[in-house]
Amino acid sequence: MREITYRQALNEALAEEIERDPNVFLMGEEVAEYNGAYKVSQGLLDRFGAERIIDTPISENGFAGLGIGAAMVGLRPVVEFMTFSFSLVAFDQIVNNAPNMLTMSGGQFNIPITFRGPNGPAHQLGATHSHATECLFANVPGLKICTPATPRDAKGLLKTAVRDNNPVLVLECELFYSHKGMVDDEGVDLLIPLGEAEIKRAGSDVTIICYAQTVPMALAAAETLAGEKINAEVLDLRSIKPLDLPAILRSVAKTHRVVIAEQDRPFCGVGAEISYRIQKEIFDELDAPIMRVAQEDVPMPYNERLEQAVLPNAEKIVAAAKKIC
Amino acid sequence: MPAPEQRDEVEMLATMLLIRRFEERASQQYQAQKIGGFCHLYIGQEAVVTGAVAATRPDDYLITAYRDHAHALARGTSADACMAELFGKATGCSRGLGGSMHYFDKANHMYGGHAIVGAHVPLAAGMAFAAKYRKEDRVTLCFFGDGAINQGGFHEALNLAGLFKLPVIFICENNFFAMGTSVKRSTSLEHIVDRAEGYDMRGEIVDGMNFREVRDKLSEIIASIRKDPHPAFVEARTYRYRGHSMSDPASYRTKEELEKYRLDDPITRLRAQLTREGKLTNEQFDKMDKRAKEEAMASVKFAEESPEPPLDELYDYTYANGVEAGVSPAKKTASGKKA
Repeated sequence: MREITYRQALNEALAEEIERDPNVFLMGEEVAEYNGAYKVSQGLLDRFGAERIIDTPISENGFAGLGIGAAMVGLRPVVEFMTFSFSLVAFDQIVNNAPNMLTMSGGQFNIPITFRGPNGPAHQLGATHSHATECLFANVPGLKICTPATPRDAKGLLKTAVRDNNPVLVLECELFYSHKGMVDDEGVDLLIPLGEAEIKRAGSDVTIICYAQTVPMALAAAETLAGEKINAEVLDLRSIKPLDLPAILRSVAKTHRVVIAEQDRPFCGVGAEISYRIQKEIFDELDAPIMRVAQEDVPMPYNERLEQAVLPNAEKIVAAAKKIC
Repeated sequence: MPAPEQRDEVEMLATMLLIRRFEERASQQYQAQKIGGFCHLYIGQEAVVTGAVAATRPDDYLITAYRDHAHALARGTSADACMAELFGKATGCSRGLGGSMHYFDKANHMYGGHAIVGAHVPLAAGMAFAAKYRKEDRVTLCFFGDGAINQGGFHEALNLAGLFKLPVIFICENNFFAMGTSVKRSTSLEHIVDRAEGYDMRGEIVDGMNFREVRDKLSEIIASIRKDPHPAFVEARTYRYRGHSMSDPASYRTKEELEKYRLDDPITRLRAQLTREGKLTNEQFDKMDKRAKEEAMASVKFAEESPEPPLDELYDYTYANGVEAGVSPAKKTASGKKA
């Protein structure tokens, strides 16, 4: 193991998969000559050449569709969105073409494509550039969605996504690109299965279910709660779809209390589905109502103080936990 | 593989007849409520796809919009599989899961059957991209209607194809009506083909009622693309005799206009050409037509007698299996069935 950044971890994953399989290529805005808007693709053009690291015009609907068409005939494209807020321009391709093709064709055409890029609010980018898109895409059968929060998960999930035979969305966190973490040595073929949650901190009094940006918040909240004799378990979903329901149920059956910390909006958000599943499966195990900490249900304001008020944070998670513990 | 010019014209005329007779049967079955959803007929436009297919190799890629029955039949999908798809049966070309607008046939390089107007045009660019990426000399044929040319996806795909010099031919089947709205009322250009100029690609107008003109123009363009990959644009001027879909009485057109085009019927025209040249007798034609009618009739029987897709396969096509080694397959866990 060695310590690298989330950005480097993604870069290694891309390089290893492009090296391994001639059908894998990377396409997106400024991924090649500019080395990536967030430098995730740094050095890949020099290493693999312009046939495999491909700059596109600002044309999300066009190049997302191009990737899907290439996947129909056997390539395995990795399509970068500069941010998933821009994926909304390609919504029809991601929602109508990629996940429907297998069913519509009676099983003849699967679409092995990876869409990746930063997702969720960053810092004062305003309403159009701050979308947490996971709840929008999670509603679509045929898509898979993962949300790495650590460098190790970023590398292992992206590599798995590229090898999956379905359309997979790898929703990264812009604010984490410079975060460091321990990752398996180079040369280890690190594959983390989609649909496998991980306990990031073991505990016994309350389960904090989190993913992506809310993982460090949940860990910080758990530290605060420990000071008040509340021992929280932090369960990182890592994938939204497939959802690791067994891991959720195991943890809740142990702690009997749940706070769901999500980075998306509350109405029809990821936490709404998880709450439903928990009460449906193990209602008797619950000693308190399920709590949710999500964004406020408003378009994201630019003003820093108001933005902070909209976002989930460790204090809100602590407050929610204390209400039920 | 036969050179395009050797594709037998009589055989292609038989294909045009099969398309016509198949769709007449489909229309009848739709009215008898044996077919659900939407159903868009191609009758009148047969020379476009048959002419284009006559100019291609069987391994060239072909993709189209929702008026797709003819494209599958021209590519070699059986009338049985096509009719069974309309009936929603498991023996259909998309296992009864796609319907009229979503015909697929991988073995015959028919890549759909796409029902969001203009949304498949970027897919065509991707298929052509893949051919170029793998250094193959395949050409992609992308068919769409005149209604698609004002969609964003169309413009983005043409720009990408022009920019990356992709081996794709964009074939606009201009039947002069986008649903019920005439081209004049929907498009800023007088000539659709002029769209090509904006993306630095060659554009041609062909008479879409004339099989030979379509085939010959396409053959010429395809030969040039195989030598050196580049995109091209063809506006095939044609006419659909029926409404936009089965539920459209087409009252936005005059009887006189329709009659004018009927007199220029693509099947009658190719038949006359072949007869004049001594390549086809009336008896041969009648025999071919009889065979087409019988095949269409038999496809109805086949569809009626075919089984429905089984209910317990409902979740089988949501996710593909066969995740590569080292990764545990997550089949069905995301479907709501298990998770």
